[in-house]
Order: sequence, then structure tokens, then C-alpha cells
Amino acid sequence: MQVDQALQQNHPEAMAFSAAAAEGRFMVPTCGDCGKAHWYPRAFCPFCFSFDVTWEAASGRGEIYSYCNGEPAPGTNVIAYVKLAEGPTVLTHILDADPAALRIGLPVKVVLQAAKDGQYFPAFTPS
Amino acid sequence: MMSVGMAYIAGAFEHPTRKATDISVGRLHAECAAGALADAGLSRDDVDGFFCGGDAPGGLLAMVDYLGLKPRHIDSSDIGGSSYISLVGHAAQAIAAGKCNVALITLAGRPRTEAISGFGGPPSHPTRPWEPPVNARLVDLYALCARRHMHEFGTTSEQLAWIKVAASHHAQHNPHAMLQKVVTVEDVLQSPLISDPLHRLDCCVVSDGGGALIVTRPEIAMNLGRPLVKVRGAGEALKGQDGGAVDLTYSGAAFSGPAAFADAGVTPADIQYASIYDSFTITVLMQLEDLGFCEKGQGGRFVADGQLISGIGRLPVNTDGGGLCNNHPANRGGMTKVIEAVRQLRGEAHPAVQVKDCKLALAHGTGGWLGSRHGSATVILERE
Repeated sequence: MQVDQALQQNHPEAMAFSAAAAEGRFMVPTCGDCGKAHWYPRAFCPFCFSFDVTWEAASGRGEIYSYCNGEPAPGTNVIAYVKLAEGPTVLTHILDADPAALRIGLPVKVVLQAAKDGQYFPAFTPS
Repeated sequence: MMSVGMAYIAGAFEHPTRKATDISVGRLHAECAAGALADAGLSRDDVDGFFCGGDAPGGLLAMVDYLGLKPRHIDSSDIGGSSYISLVGHAAQAIAAGKCNVALITLAGRPRTEAISGFGGPPSHPTRPWEPPVNARLVDLYALCARRHMHEFGTTSEQLAWIKVAASHHAQHNPHAMLQKVVTVEDVLQSPLISDPLHRLDCCVVSDGGGALIVTRPEIAMNLGRPLVKVRGAGEALKGQDGGAVDLTYSGAAFSGPAAFADAGVTPADIQYASIYDSFTITVLMQLEDLGFCEKGQGGRFVADGQLISGIGRLPVNTDGGGLCNNHPANRGGMTKVIEAVRQLRGEAHPAVQVKDCKLALAHGTGGWLGSRHGSATVILERE
């Protein structure tokens, strides 16, 4: 799927994520100076302000830091923060989860999703 | 520069409307300005400083022209619903610096009539590729905080419900309040889950309306014949996701609160009345902790059993009924927080909720999204 042209123009730095995600690879921006990964992605490191940031392949593993059940019914739209094994915590969706089994600390794995504008984003599912 | 003792809130006005079908947002700003000026005993042409949020129609360029103002100092720094609390601090600082003598701060909006909602933000917003696809609603960014608070500290839905119960006890005395019926903990828990663990009655109302404040230098305030309400301290802060080092257990009040208390030279134990931003019940609980009214994690115990009800509890909070029951004009609750604190300090709150001999009050706001990026502003006000 092609990423919406307006989004490409407004956020050129984000496009590499979608290109990799389209091939099934989950990349996380990582600092070459302080070594820390961060989220949401920027072209510089929010921790040390270095511009030596590259997209590095991530494990796709993490655990639920917090979650909530939205509409239309509990379990159908679970919004969560997931703490990645690489460190940063991501605002995301939990897909295909049994609402009764959801808990903080639940191990999850990434599911790369294409949004309606074509941009990929990381969602997660219980692993 | 310290703002201590250099400025007074001389006028305050809350628009009585809760649904403004036949009044434009611009006119609401004008009516609020006129109301606050009349309350202070000043006229429009006395205003030489103008302050509004970034949501004011057309911004400063349009509002100053529309209202016919001739300000020599202007400020529309926007931190969402907490803007009007931070702007009180900015106005006090501008007055102390000699930049203006009579500052007018206005807020108005019609989210109820215009059905405004949503995550918002321009196409260039830095989170645009990453967060809008997740489609989290505003309430979800508060529910995530509530869930984590419950996990870390054992906070319960019953404890959160007490915040709404207290607001409803106050709102029964406010003829303008949208929700005047006293509710129970059971009523809150039995209302539909909007974003588990938050129920419908954990959420504030959506209302049209607005408000305005007049801040002046001491020499002017002392000649107006109104009770003297001094801006004794102010603090502001921003909190975000910290590059992914997300910690939902505290809010920016942990920074703006201590700054305001240091500015004022007082402690939380000195505060007799507090207006605490109540977009959702969890907002109140976290702010009370972060402001130092109780230890971190003890907020649930602090608010339970009517402890926020005036005349009953240890800390009267939001005696107008707050955003949970009274109103939440423009989806921005900071203005009404200051206004009710001014009423309390003047002795002009409803007799049923008036704090006896109220000399020191606090108003605090959280603007934006508690669980992602928000502004925090605290002011400490003193009756002289």
C-alpha cells in the first residue's frame, strides 16, 4: 500500500519505517551515541540530542504497561502502552485479546499494521 | 521574576450559559470580558494587557481587533485547559515587570453546540504518523493512567467515584450546574464503562460557555472596593512521554505545584480550599498527590468517604460542582477553577459550600492529555 502523499511530505523521516514494515521488519530508532532506543520516532535522540540515530531491527517483544477497554464493547478496541524489550514504551493497540486475560505485565509481540493512510504502525497481540 | 504580592485578581465572571446555540464564540468572549470588567468596576478602555488561549477565534490578531482592545502586552501561550491558570501567573509577572496595569483573560467555546471532539493537531504534528492510527480517544489517555494507578497503588473504582460524589454534593447548590442531582458511589459504578476502568460518571460534562478574569496592579486593586485577592504564587510545567520512558503514575503537577508553593512561601497544609482540574476523576486524584496534599499512592484514601466535601471533609474541592457536574466550557476547565477559588476567598461562594474564613486557596489545571502530553499550571491565591 502506498503511503498518503501528504503524510510523506509532512513526515519524510517516518517513511523508512513503513518501507521496512512492508517487508515484515519492525525497526526502532536507536542512538549511535548513547545507545538508547526511543519512541515515538524522531531523527534525533530525545535523551542526548544526538542526530546519530538509525533504524535498528527490534525483537518485537514487549509487555503491557497499561491498557484500557474502549467502545463499542470491552475487548474490541484495547488501547495500551506496551514496554518494548528494547526499552521504550509505545502507545498502541492490543489485537485479538481475550478481554478477561488482559493484565499489566502480559507478554505481547508486534503485529505491523497499515493504517488507512498507508503508514505502518506497531500493534501488538498476546504472545 | 517573583510574582508574589505584585498583582491582584480584581474581577471574575463565569458565563451562565451551558448551551449557547444562538451566541457566537466571539460574542461569548465579549460577554465574559464585560462581566469581569463590571465585577471589577473597570471599563474596557482600562485594559492594557490581553490574554487568551490559542483556541480563541482567530487568535490574538482577531480577538484584539474584534473586542476593540488597545493592549501594550499580549500573551496566548496555550497549554490546553490549564492555559487560564498559567495565564494568571503570566499576567501577574507582566504587571510586576511594568508591562501592563489591567490584564484581561478570556475563555469561551461551544463544544456542546458544535459537537467538537477528537485528537486534533495539524498535519505537521510530530506524532502524526504514530499516534492517530492508534485512534485513542481522550478518555483512553486518562483510563490508561487510572489502570496503572490501580496496579501500582491499589486504588479502586470506589475511591475514584468519591470524587464525583463530592462534586455532586456541591453542585446541588449551584443553580447553573448541568448536573445538580446528588449521586452515590453505586451510581458511579453502575454507570456504563466508557473506557474501562472509567465509567460515564467518572467523566466531566461537555458544555458551552466561558469566563474571564481581571488581574491588576496593587494600587488599582486597592481603589476598586472589591475584596483583595492576591496572586501569591504561580508555577507551570509540561509533561510528555519522555522519549518513551513513559511513567503514568504522576502528572506535571509534581513540578508546577512545588514551584507555586515555593513562590508563595506556603505549604499544602496551609491551603483551605482547592480548585482541582476534574476532566475525569483520576485527574483529580493524581493532581492531589502530585501537589503534595497526600503521599504518592495515597490519593484513593485521601478522597474517599466524602473527604473533598465542603464542611465535611479535610479539603473542600471544586465547590461549584466542577467540571464533573457544573460545566467545562470550551472543553477547558482552567478558567472556572480560578473563578471558584476567587469566590471562596471573597466569601461569595454559595453559603452551603462556603469555606469559613477562607484566606488561602489553590487552583490547579491539567491541559491536554494526562496519559501522553499535558500542561500543568498552579496558582496560589490569598485574601488580604
